[in-house]
Amino acid sequence: MNLEIILFILFSVIAAASAVIMITRANPIISALFLVLNFACLAGLYLLLNAQFIAVTQIIVYAGAIMVLFLFVIMLLRPEHDLTLQKKSKIKFMAAAAGIFVFAQLVYIIFFFSPNASQKTSVQSSINSGTIEQIGTAIFTKYVIPFEAAGYLLLAAAIGALVLAKKKFE
Amino acid sequence: MNIWEIIVITLIKILIVFTLLLLTVSYLVYFERKISAWAQNRIGPNRTGWKGALQPFADVGKLLLKEDIVPVNASKVVHTLAPVIALFVAFTTFAVIPIGPDIKLFGYNIQLVAADVNIGILYVLALTSLGVYAITFAGWSSGSKYSLLGGIRSSAQMISYEISMGFSVAGVLLLAGSLRPYDIVYSQSGWLWNAVIQPIGFITFFVSAFAETNRLPFDLPEAEPELVGGYHTEYSSMKFASFFLAEYANMIISGALIVTLYLGGWHFPWLESFGLAPWLVVAIQILTFIFKLAFILFFFMWVRWSIPRFRYDQLMNLGWKVMFPLSLLNLVWVAIVVMYIKP
Amino acid sequence: MTTIPIEYYLVLSAFMFITGVIGVLIRRNAIIVFMCIELMLNSANLSLVTFSSYMGNSIGQVFVFFVMTVAAAEAAIGLAIIIALFRNKMTLNIDEVNIMKW
Repeated sequence: MNLEIILFILFSVIAAASAVIMITRANPIISALFLVLNFACLAGLYLLLNAQFIAVTQIIVYAGAIMVLFLFVIMLLRPEHDLTLQKKSKIKFMAAAAGIFVFAQLVYIIFFFSPNASQKTSVQSSINSGTIEQIGTAIFTKYVIPFEAAGYLLLAAAIGALVLAKKKFE
Repeated sequence: MNIWEIIVITLIKILIVFTLLLLTVSYLVYFERKISAWAQNRIGPNRTGWKGALQPFADVGKLLLKEDIVPVNASKVVHTLAPVIALFVAFTTFAVIPIGPDIKLFGYNIQLVAADVNIGILYVLALTSLGVYAITFAGWSSGSKYSLLGGIRSSAQMISYEISMGFSVAGVLLLAGSLRPYDIVYSQSGWLWNAVIQPIGFITFFVSAFAETNRLPFDLPEAEPELVGGYHTEYSSMKFASFFLAEYANMIISGALIVTLYLGGWHFPWLESFGLAPWLVVAIQILTFIFKLAFILFFFMWVRWSIPRFRYDQLMNLGWKVMFPLSLLNLVWVAIVVMYIKP
Repeated sequence: MTTIPIEYYLVLSAFMFITGVIGVLIRRNAIIVFMCIELMLNSANLSLVTFSSYMGNSIGQVFVFFVMTVAAAEAAIGLAIIIALFRNKMTLNIDEVNIMKW
């Protein structure tokens, strides 16, 4: 067992467990907390995959911005606990059965039609692919138009959020 | 150097940095009280030890012996988690800040930084963005309206000022062409520090640092006359002490960041031309870093006892209508410097 | 390249995606449903980064960058809609928001 495998097991087990806990808690704040934990573990996995820029962006964008927004909304609205969680066990059972079925299918596909078992690259090129230089070059040359479009999307979202959430003054 | 040697050296470095940080933080509280006394023409703590020098230890002892009170409608787990997050964020950020050039010790080439990461500045920004959680959780979990108001105010403030902070840092990164703190320090050797090249960015970063550390004039989250004590109204004993420690540790980190990004890190102008022995040069450089940091910390306290608190709308107006456009302007200026002036 | 087979990452990604789907199906609180969607987006990100890293090609990570941008925009708009909903109906239960149903 080397360090990489230990870290992978640690991060993946915490990520999977926190995802399950997230969907089964009645209190939305606790759910949000476990989702943050899940995102932090994903950032750790990205570091294991040599994707350092994405790992840090994951923390800044998801944990630092999006989840704070969620927490804000939960705290300000103070919604009642989700009591429907206990009721309707039939729907719950059906959903879980369907989910497990699809998951089994996915696992079957992943293991028996191994996606790119032949395409293994060197560690060096994997490390290079995750550096900020490579990603920046790709974004500002080949993908510059999608990048600009994403900028306009964010602007539109900011204006839209203001218009939607603003109090109506009569 | 094999992997175990690296791990042991890093652990020693972490231990040293951690101890120094804790000691400095406790003495900062002492100096804060002394400087406030100086500013208000009082004497300040002078009973415990020589001129009150043992006051920090007495304070810690007092806080340790106090009863830990958790309010009835508090959410227990989150209430405990909040100070832990605050401390974690405060102490891990220092890992990437270099305090001096490489030194040779017992045949090893040792870098004076716990982790030399080549996305170091992004790491700092990521951790500071996590700092919002501590305050938000503290405010929410206490189950008191003052705490909640303080927590919400403070997270809105921190998110707003993070933007101008990020844009000011972008100017520095553009000039250095790297995210590695070492490269940023080396890019401003001599006297051409970033504070000289981009004064506007320096000012916006400085002001944002005040807002991020919740120091006066921006200490709206704990504005005593309005909110009793803000997000840590319902905290006592060591949990309160953790918030206190985290606040002062954040101050040290912002100071160290300002020194690294804008004041040339450990660089002492024209030190090379004196022809000193190498070990003396390194010692002077480390002392230079500490002196710059001490000056920034003194400035933080000086401002605290000189300027009154902002009103909340003034704070938000300043953040969004003044600091944000100024930091954008600075970015344009740096782009012009990089394109046309710098060879 | 690494000692961990690519399949492990993909299975983790699939597991998180399915957890998100089950969450959307069994939960009725609009905010939690929304968080489940974020979870699904993240599991897709994980497989993109995995492929990108195992192929030594940074395009996958560029995609993740765009996904994050879109997720941020989506969170802002979605939460604004949730606030407007709560203001009008005083509930976050998506079963009770059926005024557009015929």
